[in-house]
Amino acid sequence: MAGGDVIIGLEVHVQLNRLHSKLFCGCSTDYHASDPNTHTCPVCLGLPGTLPVVNRRAVEYAIRVALALNCQIQGETLFYRKNYYYPDLPKAFQITQYDFPLGLGGSILIKGEDGEEKKIRITRVHMEEDPGRLVHAGTIDRAKYSMVDYNRCGMSLLEVVTEPDLRSPKEARSFLDKLRNILEYLDVFDGGLEGAMRIDSNISLVGGERAEVKNISSHKGVEKALAYEITRQRSARRRGVAQVQETRHYDELRAITVSIRTKEEAHDYRYFPEPDLVPMRIADWVPKVEAELPELPDAKRERFVAEYGIADDHARSLTSEIRVANFYEVVAKRAPPRLAAAWIADVLKGELNYRDITIDKFSPDHMVEILSMLEGGKITEKGAVEVIRTILDHSGDPSEVTPARVVEAKGLVRAGDDAVKAAVRAAVEESAQAVADYRAGNEKAINFIVGVVMKKTRGRADPGEANRLVKETLDEI
Amino acid sequence: MDHISWLASIKVSEEEKAAFVASFNSVLDYFHQLDELATDDVEPTYRVVDLTNVFREDVAKESLSQEESLRNASRTENGYFKSPRIV
Amino acid sequence: MIRELQEGLFAGGSAEEMINSLFEKIRRSRLNAYNHIAEDQALERAREFDRAPWEGRLAGVPIAIKSSISTKGIETNCSSRILSGYIPPYDAHVIERLKEEGAIIIGKTNMDEFAMGTSTETSYFGPTKNPWDLDRVPGGSSGGSAAAVAAGEAPASLGSDTGGSIRCPASFCGIVGLKPTYGLVSRYGLVSYANSLEQIGPLTANVEDAALMMEAISGHDPRDSTSVKSEGGYLSGLYGGVEGLTFGVPEEYFGEGVDPLVEEAVWDAISKLEELGASWKMVSLPHTKYALAAYYIIAMSEASSNLARFDGLRYGLRLGADQDWHTTFSEIRAAGFGPEVKRRVLLGTYALSAGYYGRYYLKALKVRTLIKQDFERALSAGGADLLVTPTMPFPAFKIGERIEDPLSLYMADVFTVPINLAGVPAISVPCGFADGLPIGLQIIGRHFDEAAVLRAAEAYEDATPYHEAVPKEVI
Repeated sequence: MAGGDVIIGLEVHVQLNRLHSKLFCGCSTDYHASDPNTHTCPVCLGLPGTLPVVNRRAVEYAIRVALALNCQIQGETLFYRKNYYYPDLPKAFQITQYDFPLGLGGSILIKGEDGEEKKIRITRVHMEEDPGRLVHAGTIDRAKYSMVDYNRCGMSLLEVVTEPDLRSPKEARSFLDKLRNILEYLDVFDGGLEGAMRIDSNISLVGGERAEVKNISSHKGVEKALAYEITRQRSARRRGVAQVQETRHYDELRAITVSIRTKEEAHDYRYFPEPDLVPMRIADWVPKVEAELPELPDAKRERFVAEYGIADDHARSLTSEIRVANFYEVVAKRAPPRLAAAWIADVLKGELNYRDITIDKFSPDHMVEILSMLEGGKITEKGAVEVIRTILDHSGDPSEVTPARVVEAKGLVRAGDDAVKAAVRAAVEESAQAVADYRAGNEKAINFIVGVVMKKTRGRADPGEANRLVKETLDEI
Repeated sequence: MDHISWLASIKVSEEEKAAFVASFNSVLDYFHQLDELATDDVEPTYRVVDLTNVFREDVAKESLSQEESLRNASRTENGYFKSPRIV
Repeated sequence: MIRELQEGLFAGGSAEEMINSLFEKIRRSRLNAYNHIAEDQALERAREFDRAPWEGRLAGVPIAIKSSISTKGIETNCSSRILSGYIPPYDAHVIERLKEEGAIIIGKTNMDEFAMGTSTETSYFGPTKNPWDLDRVPGGSSGGSAAAVAAGEAPASLGSDTGGSIRCPASFCGIVGLKPTYGLVSRYGLVSYANSLEQIGPLTANVEDAALMMEAISGHDPRDSTSVKSEGGYLSGLYGGVEGLTFGVPEEYFGEGVDPLVEEAVWDAISKLEELGASWKMVSLPHTKYALAAYYIIAMSEASSNLARFDGLRYGLRLGADQDWHTTFSEIRAAGFGPEVKRRVLLGTYALSAGYYGRYYLKALKVRTLIKQDFERALSAGGADLLVTPTMPFPAFKIGERIEDPLSLYMADVFTVPINLAGVPAISVPCGFADGLPIGLQIIGRHFDEAAVLRAAEAYEDATPYHEAVPKEVI
């Protein structure tokens, strides 16, 4: 997909859903599982005569994010009105920031297409309110009418705008993963909630006009949406059709982009400063917020490598999610750090991803127990994997499953040395053909004999150990 | 005029257009009086009240019930406001 | 007057009877001062009061509210078709305050549609008549509120003033109207026309009542980010007189365009103030002539944004079958707004649009700075304590006389709009008659110096008979 001819910029809308109330009113932010229009008030409904009042903590969170993204915080920042009509916008203007945004000129480091570290520049970070949510009876271009739910209206959003520094859908995805990770580290946002992150993208081929692709509703959807759009633009170019500056809507179901703004009329938002709000002077908030910033992913990764002596790859994997990083540190206090790193980063994460569940479904105590059994030779690696899977798949009372119980119930205790030795002797005796093959030079014949050993020990022998013993025995003969 | 009518989302009929344009022109001419004043060095006054940093605390308060929220709308369905089709 | 009313109630008078007779008067009235009478709610409250009277600065007092101030459970339609039937689920801050002080809300008064006007002729419900001459306008946009008080259809009322909408009708109807300093009275609940210019204020029969209302409604409201704490003391300082005060008389407010009878009455008033111990001097507010243009640009620009929310989706007018949303909204707004509102929204949209923002809106904001500085200079420590001018350049004009020519109507605001641009407080008190039509005297003060404005107005009123005159319509 990368071809050196692709230029991508992103506008990411992040919902500060860890706040308790909306940006300009006291409605609760806990609307995700609620009936429509049950989290509204005269202010966020934009009823005539209502006025906005700024949520102080939203501003603190915004500063936190802007600092974590290495932005310059503007000493005086203010809100503007962006005027346009749409059914999801009750005041027919969105209170946002225009001149004097909260943060300017930052950056994020990602791993680029070529595997090298790449700096993606951030143009600005600013605050704005979320509009409501439109539900169409059908697809947007064919529905006979639409329905509007204003529960989401007025939620605090941060808009993070990048320079067009990205060169492929994969880089875009990397950027978003890193951004999401940082935001969760800052505890300003829960990326798992619906609507938490919405992306608009500007994408063009070198020498061509850009298309704005809107309505990408998850960081996962980005790669698909951008890949489609690049293909579409490239094929248009081959056919001699020039790209015009246009807005396209990403249809998640059909995985295509659809042109929606065909009108010549350009949107003229007639920005002017919001008369119902006063300027915010926040320069002296910065030192305090900065001092309270938590350890961010890159710093944590470096510390993990230094403190726990683990490989950079493992550290990267462990710090890619704050919950995994915290889990690791709890475990690493009571288990060998390198072993823990490998088993959490390589095995546990994989099992969790496969089942699409998060790490809070697994107890650090259990991991410590499993690692201790592994280290003590009580179970084999295969056995450990089996224990993890069993615990994750258990659907009943979680207290019923502990590693010890699983090991016992499934008979996963590693076969003792004597048993293995006996099994090896027996296997060698019974596998005359294989022995002969091995003597004749076929190294692989050993696997057959090891297989027999595993059968005899009912899988409880350590395969590596068994292999070694078989070889030893054969070499002695 | 057509563009302004589109931006303001107010349909203007052909008959109205002529009358509006006429009154616009006279009013705008009157506004141009301001060109007489040299204001390059003057700061604009956005607000006549001298406040900054007015905030509220991040505390969730009670919302309207769904019924109250929808009460003034003439078209609703299943708890939603019913909007004309988008396209 | 409120004081006498309360004395009557506490001497055993019945609130229910009082309010019933008010409603009687309103029903018989030819003035069309009201859009809506909250008969059931008001009588219910009155009966409760009669059973067990409560305390409060305004205990038992019936008050009429301009149709653009939100009243919970009572239709609030800004005299517009597009908001017909809209019932707010909340009270404006000032309404909460009135209720806390024990007042009884009796109804919503007629106004220019969305407060856009100087004559109450743009109301969807028809013009209100001036009680002094039924062929003439009561002023606007709070014309209904003023006419009601002047005709005894309410003892007191609340209006709003964006460019003179309290002071103009007070002047034309011969009553008292005060526009407070911007920020002193919370705008939470006032349907916005021009947010950086408007304030809610009282329209009353005399100055003492206005001071009383100010005690009730002024002060900080956390729901309005532009609202400020009040120093209060409007009543306690009311009778201090004007001795030793210096009044500034701005030369730009006299001369061409001003009715000679109005000028005469105002000069008489200045002499009267001198008699009472004040001194006066000529001052200059040199940028006065640019104020109208600056005002209208700012007001229309803000209005174009404030009125954009009226699309029928969440409240208000909805027409027949829906088409696509943009067409539908455009048609609803075309049908729901009157021509003056449309004109201002379209002009305001134009003034804010790309390429014109600098020429109009930004320019007007800079001119605003110059006008504000004019007032600050004139009212500075070494200058004058208060300014005195005519409220309107002429008395009430005939219904229909100016409405066809928007610009001539805008010109009537020439003495009132500079005050809104600067954000200073100003009151209009009756100071004479021109062929039987009331003339208003405007007293302007420094920011947050309502106390001085009220004190001066009270001293003047006390020494003159004009506030006692009653329109023949009432007799």
